[in-house]
Amino acid sequence: MTMTISMTKDREQTRGRLKEEYSKFVGRKVLFITGSILIIVALAGVAATLGSANLSVKEVYTAILARFLPQYFHSTWFSETIVWGLRLHRIIMGIVAGMGLAIAGAAMQGILKNPLASPFTLGIASAAGFGASLAIVMGAGFVGGEYLIIGNAFVFSLLASFTVYGLAKYKGITPETMILAGIAIMYLFSAMTSFLQYVGQSEQVQEVVFWMMGSLGRSSWEKVWIVTAVTVVCLPYLLLKSWDINAMGAGDETAKSLGVNVERTRVICMMFASLITAAVICFTGTIGFIGLVAPHITRMVVGGDHRFLLPASALVGAVLLLGADSIARTILAPVILPVGIMTSFLGVPFFIYLFLRRRKEFW
Amino acid sequence: MVKITISDLSFSYRSRKILDDLNLEIRCSEVLGLVGPNGSGKTTLLKCIDRILKPKGSLLLDGREIEEMSRQEIARFIGYVPQSSTSSNSATVFDTVLMGRRPYMSWQVGESDLDKVAEIIDLLDLEDLAMKDFNELSGGQKQKVLIARAICQEPQVLLLDEPTSNLDMKHQLEVLEIVRDLVKEKGISAVMAIHDLNLAARFGDKLAVLLDGSIYAAGDPRSLLNKELIRTVYGVEALVVKDLDKPYIVPLRSLNGRGAG
Repeated sequence: MTMTISMTKDREQTRGRLKEEYSKFVGRKVLFITGSILIIVALAGVAATLGSANLSVKEVYTAILARFLPQYFHSTWFSETIVWGLRLHRIIMGIVAGMGLAIAGAAMQGILKNPLASPFTLGIASAAGFGASLAIVMGAGFVGGEYLIIGNAFVFSLLASFTVYGLAKYKGITPETMILAGIAIMYLFSAMTSFLQYVGQSEQVQEVVFWMMGSLGRSSWEKVWIVTAVTVVCLPYLLLKSWDINAMGAGDETAKSLGVNVERTRVICMMFASLITAAVICFTGTIGFIGLVAPHITRMVVGGDHRFLLPASALVGAVLLLGADSIARTILAPVILPVGIMTSFLGVPFFIYLFLRRRKEFW
Repeated sequence: MVKITISDLSFSYRSRKILDDLNLEIRCSEVLGLVGPNGSGKTTLLKCIDRILKPKGSLLLDGREIEEMSRQEIARFIGYVPQSSTSSNSATVFDTVLMGRRPYMSWQVGESDLDKVAEIIDLLDLEDLAMKDFNELSGGQKQKVLIARAICQEPQVLLLDEPTSNLDMKHQLEVLEIVRDLVKEKGISAVMAIHDLNLAARFGDKLAVLLDGSIYAAGDPRSLLNKELIRTVYGVEALVVKDLDKPYIVPLRSLNGRGAG
């Protein structure tokens, strides 16, 4: 009798210890996410001080808070105009675009079980590039006026993902078919863009090249709201499917046996990830690297559990893009570099550093 | 009580027929060993039972037609342990076992889910590995973790695909003892595809011998396993020792062509 009781106690202790260890393990991930949010807030404040009009961090925060709490904070007309009218929408665009690209990349890598999956390797970015080129060189597009380039980029990137889906569907929706179809589509659109560049006039070609480098310089509050709205609509589904994406990582058969409707989940996640990507890059141009590398950097820190990987990737993406844009704006001031160039210049060394000093397999 | 009733089950990969009009019953508290030569359809049958593959014919889980059940309902009834697994995500052992709760939870992990995982990890003596990365474990450890994950699904039936391949003698026995004890303690059933006839005979309450996609013979291993069966099914001349509780097979030599002699 005594023995049974002491054994039960031992077991209870072991189980309690296990749960405690696990909650610490989860706690570290939550801490990383909280830390990233604080870094973004701080970085946004610093980014808003950068530029030809000299504003201090305090003035910037006062100008921001004065909008929400006018009874407590009083700002000057000058700083409010600079912050709200010129800088803040670009900063928020950087945050939202970084989040969108990174979460789309993380979701694609997860559901396709491929570390190289990103809007670039799946043809989405090159299709957007083609859409934009078509608008710039030929003046042809789906919508006219201000939204000619944007509309084209958006429609073509979705067209690319539907084509990838269609081709893959023909052979079965597996990671391999989707990636191969994506790569084929990528080359096709790149070739068509090259053709347009070949026949285009030099100013047009220059504009195409500039568009494809990616920049936050074209942002406005209206565009920020559109990108935010698309991201906010798509995000919950991807987060809700975190367990399914985790299960698919162990193989389609295992995922099925755990109750996941594998093909449907893969297709819907892919569509949402493509939609976010399309919504971002049609406004910013093709900003590379964030979608590919932000998830990898995050994975090295928080591990492969998509419940934490997806939101944490989004935050890391925001930090990377906002940081890169801030440096791109200041490093050669008054010349502002396209952020697409800066993301790789900054991100690659950081990524290689993490990659070389990693101690265990992260993929 | 019958857990699973399989009637007239057929499955083809394109035009190649793998399973042909198969009939089988899986009962409560029973370990069923699926034996047969390579390519006889053991793994395919397991995948059909879990509806990973979609066969023709009828498959009843507790009297309900499997076709009418959702993936989630099937996952609550059947736990599948694949032959081997590597995950493209780095996941700890705890997380891997927790994934077995997928049929019961959406995003949030409840306290009861964590209790269940802790209980099973403790039950299978995996507590020292709990925070290790699954992909860094040895074959035997991985197999135990995969079984733990399947048990975490609280299934009525466990399907195991070659649970002892790649394992050393000690781990083979350990894994099969776990399965046998679980079946007896929890009143569930287990179906395992297994190559080793001696292990199959020792741990299986019943054996089903598959040959070319059909059940060639089925029954208690004591009466089922004999020289003629092994010669016909495997094309091997063998000695069957019957002095022990369960028959013991000593393979002597392979014969030219299956069923020669």
